[in-house]
Amino acid sequence: MSETTQSGPMLSADGVPLKTSLARALRRQKIRALLLISPLLAFVLITFIIPIASMLFRSVGVLYLDMYRAVEAKAHTRLGSRLNYEQSGISSLFRTSGRKLEDVGEDFEDFFKDADSGMVKGPFWHGLMQGEGGEDLLNDRLGLLTDLTSLEASSDLGFTLSGETAALLPWAARAYADWALFTAIVDEDDVSKKKPWAGVYAALALDLADPATQSAVAAYSGSGAAELQAAVANIADMPATEFRAYFEDIDDKWVSGETWALLKVFGSQYTSGYFLNAVDMKLTPDGIEQRPDNERLYLKLFNRTLIMSMIITVSCILLGYPVAWLLANLPMRSANVLMILVLLPFWTSLLVRTSAWKVLLQQQGVINDIFVWLGFVADDARLVMMNNSTGTIIAMTHILLPFMILPLYSVMKTIPPSYLRAAKSLGATNWTAFWRVYFPQSVPGIGAGSILVFILAIGYYITPEIVGGTDGVFISNRIAYHISSSLNWGLAAALGTILLAVVMLLYWLYDRIVGIDNVKLGG
Amino acid sequence: MASTTQEFRPPFATFTAPLSALLAALFGFVVGNAYGEPWIGFVMGGVLGAIIAFAIDKLPFGRTQSRLGTIVILGLAGLMTGSAGGVVSGVLIGAVLSWFIYWLDRGEYRKNVPLYYTAGQTLWHNAFMLICGLIFFFLIAPLLPVMWLSFNAQDFFTFTPEMLNFEAAGYSLKHYRNFLTTEEWMIPLKNSLIIAPIATVISVSLGTLAAIGLSQSHVPARRAIMAILISPMIVPLIISATGMFFFYAPLGNWIELNLGLSQTFVGYVKVILAHAVLGVPFVIITVTATLVGFDNSLTRAAANMGANPVTTFFRVQMPLILPGVISGGLFAFITSFDEVVVVLFVGSARQQTLPWQMFTGLREQISPTILAAATILVVISIMLLTTVELLRRRSERLRGMSPG
Repeated sequence: MSETTQSGPMLSADGVPLKTSLARALRRQKIRALLLISPLLAFVLITFIIPIASMLFRSVGVLYLDMYRAVEAKAHTRLGSRLNYEQSGISSLFRTSGRKLEDVGEDFEDFFKDADSGMVKGPFWHGLMQGEGGEDLLNDRLGLLTDLTSLEASSDLGFTLSGETAALLPWAARAYADWALFTAIVDEDDVSKKKPWAGVYAALALDLADPATQSAVAAYSGSGAAELQAAVANIADMPATEFRAYFEDIDDKWVSGETWALLKVFGSQYTSGYFLNAVDMKLTPDGIEQRPDNERLYLKLFNRTLIMSMIITVSCILLGYPVAWLLANLPMRSANVLMILVLLPFWTSLLVRTSAWKVLLQQQGVINDIFVWLGFVADDARLVMMNNSTGTIIAMTHILLPFMILPLYSVMKTIPPSYLRAAKSLGATNWTAFWRVYFPQSVPGIGAGSILVFILAIGYYITPEIVGGTDGVFISNRIAYHISSSLNWGLAAALGTILLAVVMLLYWLYDRIVGIDNVKLGG
Repeated sequence: MASTTQEFRPPFATFTAPLSALLAALFGFVVGNAYGEPWIGFVMGGVLGAIIAFAIDKLPFGRTQSRLGTIVILGLAGLMTGSAGGVVSGVLIGAVLSWFIYWLDRGEYRKNVPLYYTAGQTLWHNAFMLICGLIFFFLIAPLLPVMWLSFNAQDFFTFTPEMLNFEAAGYSLKHYRNFLTTEEWMIPLKNSLIIAPIATVISVSLGTLAAIGLSQSHVPARRAIMAILISPMIVPLIISATGMFFFYAPLGNWIELNLGLSQTFVGYVKVILAHAVLGVPFVIITVTATLVGFDNSLTRAAANMGANPVTTFFRVQMPLILPGVISGGLFAFITSFDEVVVVLFVGSARQQTLPWQMFTGLREQISPTILAAATILVVISIMLLTTVELLRRRSERLRGMSPG
């Protein structure tokens, strides 16, 4: 310590300024911590956060449709029913048009049959289209098919698309690829043997109608060249490729501006239509307007979800507070025994508890049996406690009660019992001592428990689905319905986004008030 | 004071007798109501209750004798109704009534309150205890009929008269046999036992590492990272499930097409990864909670003595935080073992798990085999709970936090 008079920065043992050395140590520590966290963080971000975020973008809807393929995949009616939310009648338009498109395609098929009978057989097409270099196009079409049908692709298609043909006959290649994928995946048939859909002929006709393609075909020498050239030679006999006229024949709604305006509104890459639908408004070609009263479903559902979650939260507070108080004030040993009674339902499978309530609440169930046996309720007037909101509220209060008791308990545990005694020795009555001294200190526990219970309640799916009937379902059940039954994914995603926004707000509040790291599980 | 040498006895005529009569009258009302004559039952019950209270107070029988006497008398009264259910309710009423009379008569209701409490305060204390008891009953009781009904000999979800009369013909193990022998239940059980442990291992190993990182003193953006890692517990399951569905479906297709893996295998991988994410928050919460009590000077001491970080972790830190890690793992396990929504969306029919089978069963065909499965699950959860409790106590003992 001889150099106490040295000016300049303080140095560490190796001669580096202490400040730098400490900063380096700190940085190293931070990096080590982040390295430990990073695998899990990456895992959660990639498989959880990003998928949910991308789902939210889906809610500003992507609608692309290849009509003919949709006809075969039976998905056109789904698009129709999706749009039907917007304008009734469109669904049936899609359905009838789908059937008539087949007839249009067959006219073209007849033409090619006359030109060269080999052209309406599977091997000609397979030879024409089979090759290398068209993988990207094929994968694009595969993506569209799996989007529409929610099928899982198998690894073996038995077919690869030729890049050369795809460049020569773009429409036919796309139509054939759709057909081939559909045949291989959905029908599980051999692509090379079967003859394609009539729609593929229409697509080929569309290609051949183009003079540039006609000259390219003349120069083409690959498989099927002879047949194609024969068809070009007879091109004058080919039915007109005026598809607008065909669609007009099918239904003149197709040429009405209103239909296309609607398709445009919902067909653009991003649309707010689903969001508006989710709050019972609708997007019309003229602007945004509120739906008529009898169609306002989702606001009602959101309201109901919020109100029922609140009722459940309040009943959990009412039932949880005395129990938490008792647990916090009993001697450790007996409190631990009673704690098991709280933790056992917490650890028991959700489905077990839900089925238990089904056993108890149904009309021939235990509670009704006891009431009837005691004579409180006539046998023919059994109480309806299930398949309505009562059932959902009772069962969910039971299921979520431990989530209220545990945070309340951990807060109450920290309140010294001497405060109550001090208040009483100063002359407070029991009630005053509780209300003015104990209760204010337990409010953080109530806050923590309530937010936790509310967050969990608002997103519940299983219990309302089983005991809720129609009156007792939550917004989650509607989302699940739109995803798995009505296939209106855009609307489902929009409803989900709104629900998620509410939950995130509460989560943020919880983090603010309680702190995420203060969540306790099992005492 | 007399109460120090001789036990406290409340006045019989103005306290014990009327209250006992009142409780007995209520029982009488309920029983009478079952036969359509509630008020006759009420009066008869009241009279009977007063007589029993008088007998217990004045006659020189011991506690066991008089309680047994009451139970036998009421059980015989129940026998007169001619059904096993009557006997059981008679015995139960006898047990409750005689306990209540003793509780009042010997002044036991004041045992747990301070001597200076007024009558009103004592009443409130006991009413509060009753309320708490009822809430505990509400928590536990719904599970009991499930276990009872799982032994039903009929294919119903409801009690049969044979079951209520405790006849052997009303009971059978056939639902358990059905559960253990049919593929319909064994394949989901097998799937659950494949998926849950692997998902648990993934979330525990990644989660423990991250929890150790998070509990270091200087972590940038600690709050935000914590919020992200806990979010799978907070985000509504249906939203998680939808998001994962849109993520895993094309990913799975791509893997099958390009890497040539079988559809079944990819299906399992998808479900396992999805469940692993759901288990992460539980591991993070329990392990960070354990690490709060961890003394960091131990790792420094180990490093000082020449141990490298890996040795330090496995030989010093891991044994101390192991209880927290295991309970976190059990939480993650039960999360995956109990999960329906995500597996419904992400999995295919080949990955059908036990909860999935129960869920479809509850919605569509109602067979008591579900109740057998439920009973088995309750037994499993009791075992898991016991393990967690023992681990928690051990961990607290290691840290000297509780008397154990």
